[in-house]
Amino acid sequence: MAHAHVSNVKRIWTVFVILSVVTIVEVALGIVRPEWSMAHIIGMKILNWIFIILTIVKAYYIAWAFMHLEGEKGAFRWSIVLPLLVLVPYLAFILLTEGSYVHDVLSDGFVSWDF
Amino acid sequence: MEATVTTATEEKVWGGGNEPLNASYGKMMMWFFIVSDALTFSGFLAAYGFSRFKFIESWPIADEVFTHFPFLHGVDAPMYYVALMTFILIFSSVTMVLAVDAGHQLKKTKVAWYMLLTIVGGIIFLGSQAWEWKNFIAGEYGALETRGGRILQFVDANTGKRVALHDFAIPTGASDQEMNVSGLSAKEEGGEAIYTIQDVVDGFSAHSNIVIRTETLNEEGHKTVLSRAESEDKIKSAVLVVEGANLERNEYGNRLFADFFFFITGFHGFHVFSGVAINVIIFFNVILGTYEKRKSYEMVEKVGLYWHFVDLVWVFVFTFFYLV
Repeated sequence: MAHAHVSNVKRIWTVFVILSVVTIVEVALGIVRPEWSMAHIIGMKILNWIFIILTIVKAYYIAWAFMHLEGEKGAFRWSIVLPLLVLVPYLAFILLTEGSYVHDVLSDGFVSWDF
Repeated sequence: MEATVTTATEEKVWGGGNEPLNASYGKMMMWFFIVSDALTFSGFLAAYGFSRFKFIESWPIADEVFTHFPFLHGVDAPMYYVALMTFILIFSSVTMVLAVDAGHQLKKTKVAWYMLLTIVGGIIFLGSQAWEWKNFIAGEYGALETRGGRILQFVDANTGKRVALHDFAIPTGASDQEMNVSGLSAKEEGGEAIYTIQDVVDGFSAHSNIVIRTETLNEEGHKTVLSRAESEDKIKSAVLVVEGANLERNEYGNRLFADFFFFITGFHGFHVFSGVAINVIIFFNVILGTYEKRKSYEMVEKVGLYWHFVDLVWVFVFTFFYLV
């Protein structure tokens, strides 16, 4: 492969800096928990959405740069990433919806759990 | 990629040696494994999400559970330690990818050194996780459990700070609860005092500044603190003293919280352990010159994929267990 003999050291360190900065931002937000981020959007706090987006950013850099998906053939790259991109949100959606439903049954139904 | 196991025979399409999608056999199979393993971890984290949404009003707050940092006793340091663990793992990912990069240039010594650094990073991470488990299992404040399996924690009404059982309980010496939560009797644990319900209730009655904090989260996302009168009423429903955590109950709140903690970080930790073991094998192969003879360091690239995957999983565990 063409990329095989080109040194990517500079790119590696750039990605390391990006990952570190994102992690520091996450931890800082997690400790400060700013007031504005406590509002709810689509069922979750803004802060939680920020965390999830930043995590996906980190995952992108790890997969693309470190695992070198960016150097693979497009068909190979997407046959790896697409199944996960489709199945994981699908599973999460179903389980979280059901979790909310069970929660409603526990809190509104004739079930006593706090005794 | 120059294949390690195949020798190109271009003439025969079905004779082997072809590399569909420009990926060698080993690399493609490593990717298949990673995809399936990623789905396994997704299943665990989604199950965690299910339980959390089920008990959304009473789930423990991770910031209050993971507050330890080495050599900082009694200092409230939420998240710093896990953040450090994240850095250690990201950095070992960097050294791994540098080893792969050096392998592409067939620089044996450089590959060996970077592999060694990666292994050291992995071992430090495993040690950190062991320390985290130790703190989690030992617990810090202790709590009571009610008949319904809910956890009652204690706070100082004046300062709002948590109060540990050993700060106020009055031990009578006569332990009717012979087993503590870890299943070991007091003597086996080195004669450390284990309180009975009565000890805690006596101490609670003697200290009028202590109130109970329930599992329930209020509108601001804090745990509900009861008034003294409500606390005095609530403590009557307690049936068990809980210190620390195991798979059955824990002092932090919902039982499932500790179960998921042990299971998900444990499963990830086992992956890190396997990764370190595989890295060690490849490290010795590098030193012995196995890949030098092959004129290909693709094996380093393949274990590198696995190692980065372990890092990738940790990024998600970090977010969903500690941050969100």
